[in-house]
Amino acid sequence: MDSDLLLPRPQGLYCPAGDFYIDPMQPVARAVVTHAHGDHARAGSALYHVAAAGVALMQERLGATATIRAYDYGERFTLGDTTLSLHPSGHVLGAAQVRIEGRGKVAVVSGDYKRDPDPTCVPFEPVPCDIFVTESTFGLPIYRWPPMAEVIDGMMAWWNECREKGVPAVLFCYALGKAQRVLAELATRTERTVYLHGAMVRLVEAYREAGIRMVPTQPVSDEARGRDFAGELILAPPSAAGSPWMKRFSKASTGFASGWMQVRGARRRRGYDRGFIVSDHADWRGLVRSVEDCGAKRIYVTHGDGEALIRYLRERGHHARALRSLGEMPDVRASEEGD
Amino acid sequence: MHRFAALFEALDRTASTSAKRDAMAAYFAGAPAEDAAWAVYVLGGGKLKRTATSTEMRAALGAETGYAEWLIDDSYSHVGDLAETIALMLPRDDATGGSDTPLHVWMEARLPSLARLESAERIDALREWWRDLPASQVFLVNKLLTGSLRVGVSHRLVVQAIAQWTALPTDLIAHRLSGTWKPSAAAFRALAEAERPDEHAGERPYPFFLASPLEHGVETLGPVTDWVAEWKWDGIRAQLMRRGDDAILWSRGEERLDGRFPELENAANVLPAGCVIDGEILAWAPGEAHPMPFAALQKRIGKHKPGPKLLADTPVRLMAYDLLEYDGQDLRDTPLHARRARLEALLAGHAPTFMLSPPVAATTWADLATTRAQSRERRTEGLMLKRLDSPYRVGRKRGDWWKWKVDPYTIDAVLLYAQPGHGRRSGLFTDYTFGVWDGDTLVPVAKAYSGLDDTEIGKLDRWIRAHTIDRFGPVRSVQPTHVFELAFEAIQASGRHKAGVAVRFPRILRWRTDLAINDADHLDELRRLASG
Repeated sequence: MDSDLLLPRPQGLYCPAGDFYIDPMQPVARAVVTHAHGDHARAGSALYHVAAAGVALMQERLGATATIRAYDYGERFTLGDTTLSLHPSGHVLGAAQVRIEGRGKVAVVSGDYKRDPDPTCVPFEPVPCDIFVTESTFGLPIYRWPPMAEVIDGMMAWWNECREKGVPAVLFCYALGKAQRVLAELATRTERTVYLHGAMVRLVEAYREAGIRMVPTQPVSDEARGRDFAGELILAPPSAAGSPWMKRFSKASTGFASGWMQVRGARRRRGYDRGFIVSDHADWRGLVRSVEDCGAKRIYVTHGDGEALIRYLRERGHHARALRSLGEMPDVRASEEGD
Repeated sequence: MHRFAALFEALDRTASTSAKRDAMAAYFAGAPAEDAAWAVYVLGGGKLKRTATSTEMRAALGAETGYAEWLIDDSYSHVGDLAETIALMLPRDDATGGSDTPLHVWMEARLPSLARLESAERIDALREWWRDLPASQVFLVNKLLTGSLRVGVSHRLVVQAIAQWTALPTDLIAHRLSGTWKPSAAAFRALAEAERPDEHAGERPYPFFLASPLEHGVETLGPVTDWVAEWKWDGIRAQLMRRGDDAILWSRGEERLDGRFPELENAANVLPAGCVIDGEILAWAPGEAHPMPFAALQKRIGKHKPGPKLLADTPVRLMAYDLLEYDGQDLRDTPLHARRARLEALLAGHAPTFMLSPPVAATTWADLATTRAQSRERRTEGLMLKRLDSPYRVGRKRGDWWKWKVDPYTIDAVLLYAQPGHGRRSGLFTDYTFGVWDGDTLVPVAKAYSGLDDTEIGKLDRWIRAHTIDRFGPVRSVQPTHVFELAFEAIQASGRHKAGVAVRFPRILRWRTDLAINDADHLDELRRLASG
C-alpha cells in the first residue's frame, strides 16, 4: 500500500518509513520543506531539510534560530528507512520536488511547480517515479499561460502608457517569487528603476545575492515624503491594495500579476485596471505533461479543486485520486489562493 | 473588426468611467459609420436574435478540442461565460488571423446567416470562424452571438460618449436613441445632426425620468407643501403615445408592447392626437378597491396576443403619472403641477381605463408617514414623492423625485444550495438557495444573489467547497448550517413553487452568525404573510 511511503495526517503529509513530514502545517520533529512560501514553510519544527538554493529564503521565513540542513539538487540523504533527494520544481528560487525511495518504491512529492521558463530558478526536472503527488491549483484546461515575452511586452506598454499619462503604475504581485521573476524579465527590456513595497525589499536582496539579474530597485520608503511617483512602476504585495500605503500613488493605474488573471471575471471582481497572466504554477498542459513525464502508476492530486484533473487523468488510463482521500489532511489552499 | 476589438479591449482594461467615455467618443469620431452604428447598439445593451444555441457552441468546442462534454461544462461553470470559456479552451494559434471582417458584416450578414443552416452546418461554420480569428476576436464574436457584451458600459455612458463626440446635449442623444433604434450608417450619422424643432413627434418614446430611493429622513425635503405624494404602484411602467390614428405603448425597457394590452390601445383612440402619457399598467378588476398582485399582471406580460379569457380574468388599466406632450408640444420643461393639471383634465371621464394616479393628501410629513403604513394593504410598494415644480427629467436624476418604499418583509432562512455566479462573480459560489422549516424538513423558498460583501462571499465560498454534500451539475447542496436574514418586497401563494409561496425581489440583508438552523423561520409564517 502506498501509505507505507505517504500518509496524510492532520499535521501534514507524513512518511512513516522515514518518520518525517513534508511541508507540515504544525511543528514536528523532522520536516522536509519544498519551498519558502508561507503555506509550505512554517516555523516551529525541530529540524528542516531543504534545497540549498533556497536556504537564505527559508531562513528569512523560518527565523534565524531554525535548524536547517541544506542539500544540493540531486544529492542523496537518508531519513529512517528512506533515501531522499531534492529536485528542482521550477516554482521559485530553491523550490524542490521531494523524491523518496523506500520499501521498494519511489514517490515524488512535487510541491508547487511550473513548466514555463523562469530566469530566477532552475527549471522543473521530471523525476521518474511510481507515485507522484501533484498540485492542481490551475486544474482546468482554460488555464494556459501565454508566452512570457508577450506578457512582458504588455507590461512594458502599460508602464509606458502610465509614463505618458503621468500617473504611477502599481503592480500587485506576490512578494516571494513573482516579484523577482517580473523584475528579472523586465531586465531584458529596460534598465529603469522599479520601486518596491517594504515587504519585498529583503526578498529581492536575497535573489540578488543568489546571482539573479534584475532591474535596479529602490524601496519606496527611501524616497522623500511627497515624492511624485508619476510614470514610475511600483511593485507591491496584493495585501497593500486599498491600504493607506496606496495614498502616496494618487491616480495610480493598478495591475495584478497572477494566473487567476486568465479569467476576465476574476480580474473584474478585483477591480484592477490591468491583469497580467503570470503564474508560478503549472497550467493545465503543464500538469498533464508532468504526470505523463514521470511515468507514475499512481497519481495523488492536492491543492485546489483537483476533481477535473483527476477525472481527466482517469479517462486517460491513469490511477489518480485526491491526496486527502488517503487520510485526514486539511487542504492548505482554498479556491483562488496560491498564485 | 480590429478597431472595435481594440475599443473593447480599452473599455475592458479600465475601471474609470471617464476613460471609457473618452475611448468610445474617440472610436465614434473615427470609425466607419456602418460599424460605429453597431458599436452604439451593442455597447448600449442591444443584442441580436440568438442564432446558435449554447449546446451547439459547446458541441463545436468539443469537436474542435477533443475535450469531453463534462470537462467543457466544468470549465464553463468555473469561468461563468460561455464565450470566454470557448476562447480560453480553443487551441491558440499565435498567428494573428488573416482577413479582418468589419463589425457590420458580422452583425448584418455572418451571425444572422447561422439561422439559415442546419444544426450540424452551424457547428461547422462556428469552427471555421474560430480557426480564422485571433483569440481576442473569438471571444468578441462569441459574445456578440450569445448576448450582451457586459464591459462595464451603461446605456447612459454610451449616450454621454456620443454627446461628447457630437457636442450635443446628452438628453437629446438619449431621446434619439430611445425606443427601438435600428443601427445603420444613416442612423448613426443622424445622431450627430443639429436638433430639429419637431424631433419629438416621431414614434420614439421620451426617455423615462426615474426616481431614486429616499436615503435620508423625509423631513430633510423641506415643506411638505412643495411636494405631491402618490402611491408607488407595482405594475409595468409605460408610456402611451398618441401618434396620428395610432396608439403606441412603450415599456420602461423601451420595448413596444404592441398588441399585449389591446384594451389600453383601443381606449387610447378617444385621446387627442399628439399626447404622451407616462403611467403604470396595473391588473385591476372592475369595481375592486385595489389592484391584483403583480403575479396576475405577469400572465399578461408574457402574452403577445392575449385571448378573451385572459382579458376577462385579468383586465388592466393605466394609472397615469404625468403628461409629457400635449397637442404636439413637448411639456417636459413645464412644472409638474401644471402637467398634472392638464393630465387630470385630459383624463376626466376616461376612468377606470385611464386614471390619474391620485395625490395622497397630507399636511405634515408625519401624516404622510402614517398613510404610508397602509401601503401594503393597498397593494402598493410605498409612496412616491415628487417636487411640484420639477421638470420631467431624463434618466435617474436625484433631487426631484424620490421613492419612499415601505420596509421590506424579512425572514431568517437556511442556506441549502449554491451555484457559481457569472461575470464578475464567476468561479465563486454566489448564487444561493435558501429554505425555511416545513415540519422537520427545510424547503427552498428563495434564491438570492446579492447582499453579501466580498469578504463574506469569499468566506462562504470556501465553506461551501468544504461542506458540499451533493452535486447536481453546477449546483451543490450543502450541510444546512448557516442562517441568513432575507428581505423581500412581496409574497404570494404560488402553485409553481414547491413551497407553495413565491417571494418578490429576495436579497440577503445579513449573515446571521448568531442564529442556528433551528432558529430559522417556518413556512407557516410565510403562508400567513402570503394570505394577508
